[in-house]
Amino acid sequence: MSVFAFYLFAICTIAGGLFTVISRNPVHSVLWLILAFLSSAGLFVLLGAEFVAMLLVIVYVGAVAVLFLFVVMMLDVDFAELKAEMARYVPLALLFGVIILMQFALAFGAWESNAAAEGLRAQVVPVDRHNTEALGMILYDQYFLLFQLAGLILLVAMIGAIVLTLRHRSDVKRQNVLAQMYRDPAKAMELKDVKPGQGL
Amino acid sequence: MLSADLGIILPEIVLAVYAMLALLGAVYTVKDGAASLLVWVTSGLFLALAVWIGLNGAGTNIAFNGMFVDDGFARFAKVVILVSAAAVLLMSEAYMTRRGLLRFEYPLLIALAVVGMMMMVSAGDLMALYMGLELQSLALYVVASLRRDSLKSTEAGLKYFVLGALSSGLLLYGASLVYGYSGTTLFSGIIQTAVHGDLSLGLLFGLVFLISGLAFKVSAVPFHMWTPDVYEGSPTPVTAFFATAPKVAAMALFARVMHDAFGAAVSDWSQVIALLSVLSMFLGAIAAIGQTDIKRLMAFSSIAHMGYALMGLAAGTAFGVQAMLIYMAIYVTMNVGTFAFILSMHRDGQPVSNIGSLNMYSKREPGKALAMLVLLFSLAGVPPLVGFFGKLYVLRAAYEAGLAWLAIAGVIASVIGAFYYLRIVFYMYFGEERDDALDSSRSPILWGMLMASAVIMVVGVVNLFGIEGAAAAAAATLVN
Repeated sequence: MSVFAFYLFAICTIAGGLFTVISRNPVHSVLWLILAFLSSAGLFVLLGAEFVAMLLVIVYVGAVAVLFLFVVMMLDVDFAELKAEMARYVPLALLFGVIILMQFALAFGAWESNAAAEGLRAQVVPVDRHNTEALGMILYDQYFLLFQLAGLILLVAMIGAIVLTLRHRSDVKRQNVLAQMYRDPAKAMELKDVKPGQGL
Repeated sequence: MLSADLGIILPEIVLAVYAMLALLGAVYTVKDGAASLLVWVTSGLFLALAVWIGLNGAGTNIAFNGMFVDDGFARFAKVVILVSAAAVLLMSEAYMTRRGLLRFEYPLLIALAVVGMMMMVSAGDLMALYMGLELQSLALYVVASLRRDSLKSTEAGLKYFVLGALSSGLLLYGASLVYGYSGTTLFSGIIQTAVHGDLSLGLLFGLVFLISGLAFKVSAVPFHMWTPDVYEGSPTPVTAFFATAPKVAAMALFARVMHDAFGAAVSDWSQVIALLSVLSMFLGAIAAIGQTDIKRLMAFSSIAHMGYALMGLAAGTAFGVQAMLIYMAIYVTMNVGTFAFILSMHRDGQPVSNIGSLNMYSKREPGKALAMLVLLFSLAGVPPLVGFFGKLYVLRAAYEAGLAWLAIAGVIASVIGAFYYLRIVFYMYFGEERDDALDSSRSPILWGMLMASAVIMVVGVVNLFGIEGAAAAAAATLVN
């Protein structure tokens, strides 16, 4: 059963990846990409890494792929022209692709990792714990430093986004929330008793 | 255990916490009004940390299960990084203010980039390496496009970002292969799996990808394409920064990975790095000849200089690493002075980067022209100056390691490269008279940096200010 599931997911992943590259319509490409993400999430579940599988679905399918879809649909990019441009490089790309493929066949054909490497490959996930729990244990303990550094990197990304996009324009009247909240009817309007037949 | 670890990375923590507090403080108070002050405080903190690390550190301390290594090599690189970053930051203040670019985020982004660099040179693990590298790169992408209304600056930032992301991808791919074949991301573990001096084929693949990714960061040929455009498009102080501290950090990281993780298989990577080195030296020397923009010229110059520094690394010996460290320290000093000069090139308040504008500069400003002459001679490696000794060290390291052909190639490339440095000197002293003269600069900081750097190039000949011994001690902690 699990063998069947593995082949199903594996074939879907490969097909998804392939059609992402070759489909003509970019929106279809993104949809194929989502299929590839989903089936690789399935592969992770088969491996017993359900947390990573969920992460893949939530982050990649939920956020990244949807973002792609928006960009593809909203940006006015002439994909046909881009493709024609790319087509000129196809022979060269094929050549490099084949060379790299052959090199990897060579590398993986001679798969050997020496005894010391086997010894270092420790059991990362304890058997009696959940995936998520085990990840949390090492993330906040063993990899504490890296976790904090990742936080700094995100901070830099945030500062960068603000520095590069925020503009303070002096000719725009802005909403002042505090002033709005402290307004009351007494300040905002004046009641006049207008007598009939007379103006103000 | 954690408190001991935190004690070892205290300088990094201080800098990161400072950056965050200063950010909050500036945001909630006067915003860009604090920018000038922050530039000074940040530079001061850099210098204070450099003194602290330089005087206080001793021995080899390992923190966080080997992910962070604080040894003599890391300390040497950190001191060079901090001092050069402080110098460049001080130089940038006047220029940025005049162009309306001095945002309070600028010094803080530089501070965070320096935190990343300090993590890089102390990395003892593939993941720590990547985190440091990304922290540094991300901050640099932002400062490259700081002048966001300029097409060139945004193009520089975008180009840098896209190619930087590509190189990070290569690096990560290499790292995952290395992890797959060695079963660990710790350098101390990887070196055990390659203990008999030969790497398994998969590990070799990972190594090649790692080298490609790192070569992008040091802008070695054939991974140099981004350098001229990014150097030209970025605001000049940012270019000055790119040419100094990040180069030292990337080079130190390069040496760290090669020796700490693959030190048992020197012959496997030495040839790759020798090739990168010879290509960089020749491309840097030949492509710079046709340049008329001095920032582009400095980009090609930095490519050539990285070639020489890589020559020291290619030697694969402790002496090679020592030569590389000395070379980088000298290179950074020369570049600080040269960029102080470039930053002072103005006409009618606008920055000029055309070499032609330097015609007969010596008549108007003999002192600055003389200082620039010394620096250019030193960059070219003309004998009595310090730059020559830097080249001498790496050539000797290559020769002693049996790479005589590389040393000879280096000499030939330096002769070719001398042409374009000397061409600037020619313009300054024997060029044709022009009436569109450059403004005379009034900035005492730029003047001071230029003069100090030129004086170091002359006086340093006596004993290189003792960095020889410091570099030897630093190299000994890395290679054993």
